[in-house]
Amino acid sequence: MSGSTTTTTGGAGSSTPAPEETAPERRGGGSGFMAGPAGRNLGLVVALAILCIVGVVTAGDRFADIDNVLTILRLAAVIGVVSVGMTFVIIGGGIDLSVGALVALSSVWATTLATQQMAEDVHWIVMVLTAIVVGSVAGLVNGLVIAYGRLAAFIATLAMLAAARGLAEIIANRRTQVVRNEAFLSFFSGDVLGIPTLVIIFALVAVAGWVLLNRTTFGRRTFAVGGNAEAARLAGIRVQRHTVKLYVLSGLTCGIAAVMIMARTTTGSSTHGTLYELDAIAAVVIGGTLLIGGRGTIVGTVLGVLIFTTLGNVFTLNNLSSSAQAVARGVIIVAAVLLQQRLATGGFAFRRPGGGAPAAGRAVVQGSPAGAVSGGTGADGGPGGARPGASSDRPGA
Amino acid sequence: MGAPAGRGGADSGALLEMHGIVKTFPGVRALDGVDLDVRPGEVHCLLGQNGAGKSTLIKVLAGAHQPDAGTITWLGEPVTLGDPQAAMSHGIATIYQELDLVPGLSVADNVFLGREHARFGFARMASANRAAAALLTRLGHPEIRPTAEVGSLSAAAQQMVSMARALSQDARLIVMDEPSAVLDNEEVGRLFTVVRDLTAHGVAVVYISHRLEEIRQIGDRITVLKDGRTVATGLPARETPTREVISLMTGRTIEYVFPERRTTPEQTAAPLLEVEGLGLRGSFSDVSFSVRPGEIVGLAGLVGSGRSEILETVFGARRATSGTVRVAGRRLRAGDVGGAVEAGVGLAPEERKSQALLLGDSVYRNISISSLARFARGGFLSGSAEKAAAREQVRSLDVRPGDVDREVRTLSGGNQQKVVLARWLLRNCRVLLLDEPTRGVDVGARSEIYALVRTLADRGVAVVVVSSEIPEVLGLADRVLVIADGAVVTEQPAGALDEHRVLDLVMEGTAHGAGAASRATQSEGDVA
Repeated sequence: MSGSTTTTTGGAGSSTPAPEETAPERRGGGSGFMAGPAGRNLGLVVALAILCIVGVVTAGDRFADIDNVLTILRLAAVIGVVSVGMTFVIIGGGIDLSVGALVALSSVWATTLATQQMAEDVHWIVMVLTAIVVGSVAGLVNGLVIAYGRLAAFIATLAMLAAARGLAEIIANRRTQVVRNEAFLSFFSGDVLGIPTLVIIFALVAVAGWVLLNRTTFGRRTFAVGGNAEAARLAGIRVQRHTVKLYVLSGLTCGIAAVMIMARTTTGSSTHGTLYELDAIAAVVIGGTLLIGGRGTIVGTVLGVLIFTTLGNVFTLNNLSSSAQAVARGVIIVAAVLLQQRLATGGFAFRRPGGGAPAAGRAVVQGSPAGAVSGGTGADGGPGGARPGASSDRPGA
Repeated sequence: MGAPAGRGGADSGALLEMHGIVKTFPGVRALDGVDLDVRPGEVHCLLGQNGAGKSTLIKVLAGAHQPDAGTITWLGEPVTLGDPQAAMSHGIATIYQELDLVPGLSVADNVFLGREHARFGFARMASANRAAAALLTRLGHPEIRPTAEVGSLSAAAQQMVSMARALSQDARLIVMDEPSAVLDNEEVGRLFTVVRDLTAHGVAVVYISHRLEEIRQIGDRITVLKDGRTVATGLPARETPTREVISLMTGRTIEYVFPERRTTPEQTAAPLLEVEGLGLRGSFSDVSFSVRPGEIVGLAGLVGSGRSEILETVFGARRATSGTVRVAGRRLRAGDVGGAVEAGVGLAPEERKSQALLLGDSVYRNISISSLARFARGGFLSGSAEKAAAREQVRSLDVRPGDVDREVRTLSGGNQQKVVLARWLLRNCRVLLLDEPTRGVDVGARSEIYALVRTLADRGVAVVVVSSEIPEVLGLADRVLVIADGAVVTEQPAGALDEHRVLDLVMEGTAHGAGAASRATQSEGDVA
């Protein structure tokens, strides 16, 4: 993902600086609208609308039926909650590959005989709390290892992915644990005013996530840490502590998702949440969040989740195989990201003005050519295009 | 050690002539009329402070940046270096400070990267290895095996691989960006041997270094850049007095207006910032000073003297290995930026774009980022109060344009600096640390920044200024600490010092460090 960003921007500007003198004016004027988050989200809404039209045309009433819509939403709910947590981690400059495994672990831990017995004795809320605590603690471990152990997030959460699912298998002894608490099941499988509880939980998590990201100091710091960690640190933000919180938040959403999946399937199992990490990352990315951090929206993520779930539904209604669905999914990821880059080109071109600083990771932020102006000594992001290595582009040399 | 006769006085005409090169980036003029001429077989040293425009000039020369104005003449013919390939095909090779090698590939693979020895797409490794070995032997380093993995080599050996690559492209001009920065004395000596051998064969070298003693050893002529302009060119590298060179680099080309000092800084007030015995291993040691409210203290010194490190350590961005920092009597924890900020310390760092700004974010978000708690109740931000406060700062500092929703990257250097200052003002910071406050700031906006800093001091802020421009420190500060080789040489009222006196002090202070330089000369003499 970040790779494709690199090619576009670096290639575009490797020797000719973008017309940055005028571009900022345009943006200030507001015709950069499509480049902004609102514009990207509009694109997603259009994509979702097109999918729905396809659904109506191919499956007619079976698609447009209210029950079917609720089915889509119910399916979207679990992965949606996980994706909200993932959005925070990615905006904060990280990645969490362990979400699927954490969902499994939380669901297993919350459905052990001991937990269920305690739930019978006290209240079913015990199961909910167990799942949430297990998810959060595992997220805490992720965060500590990443922030203070200075492990790459990719590696740390990959390790957690393996370990958490392994632990889930050990606890469950590879058996599926049936949820026996009727009160729990009836609460979560019920509905309020015709809307399934699971969908309401998803909505609540999404709204809470939106508020947290856009209206709190936590959200603002998340953007700062992901956008330029060094600047955030020197502005007095405790970056390591914040990073830990981001992974705890992601773990927390996994715990919530585990409760939801327990309600939907009436089981806790070490096979729950398989490949959720990929689905969540895909949803976040097509939702317009930059994989390198510092930019992203909750609305985009929600739309991303809905697009994938609707796609699956349309395929199922048309009796197409899940394999075909997977292919379509892949195509959509690439198409969506390519499209976003096109829409954002105005924005991106002057965000990395001049010299074609290769957008390798954080270099997007740091390697602006003016860095060469003020930076002096460093061979900053710019020289990528200048280096002899670039000669590998020469044909037939 | 003696240079081959006639090396400097090559009269076969210029190899390269650059004239009136101008390069503008949004908000700043990086090059503003640079002239450079290089003769075949000479070592032409390019000097200048950080930000003087050296890197930009190199990139123009390498074809990575296109100049907005000016002419480039190569062997008497005007040329356009439209891309790196064009520069290379003319025989201009650049060895960047951060080496551009692929660590996982072999030496030979790196030397011929992009021009692999191959037949029908199959690599001809034996032939590539032979050719690479020949080049390395020519460079006097036959011990570097062509099959070795580059990542396993020392920095010096990697540099030789880059040189071999340049030679393999028949380079006639090699630009070396601070090649000695990663080398020890002995390796520098061997590098010089190689450079001499190249120049004896007519290859010209543009050599960039901050170390004057190296330039004395290897250079033929010097060009000095300052503020994107050539302030001196063609100076003889050996005969030009050190003081003149430093003075050209650190002096003012234009007179600036400095705000008037308050007649008597409050001698009675208790110091706001007290630094005692502060040290950072490998960088500086035993630095003590204090700053009263309303006072501006300047740290003057050359690049590498440790002046920026001192500021960063006071701020906690680097963890002190000894000593204490107190703010209003309260001791700060070493290496704790958050604690320093809470105690009312703010830093405007040297690398504004990478260390201070969230470039893609709006002006108001950049200003409020350190004071978010003030606009939040229970963690929830009040957007309107936040924006209003930022707007007020923007107005009082006269940030232009005054639109707080604008992305900060679209602002000029001077206005970006004001945004950083606004951040700390909003935070009500009591101690302000300024590292190169006018770096990358347009000439016209500098006086504004100076006036602003003085206004802050008048409001009772304790200010510490680091600058590589000695007149800036002298003009702005009430008191000046001269730093050389990681130690305070002297501390005096700014009025008691002038530029020459500071230069003398800096050079005296560096004199005991000159032992290293003479050792370098010694070992170098052995090799030669």
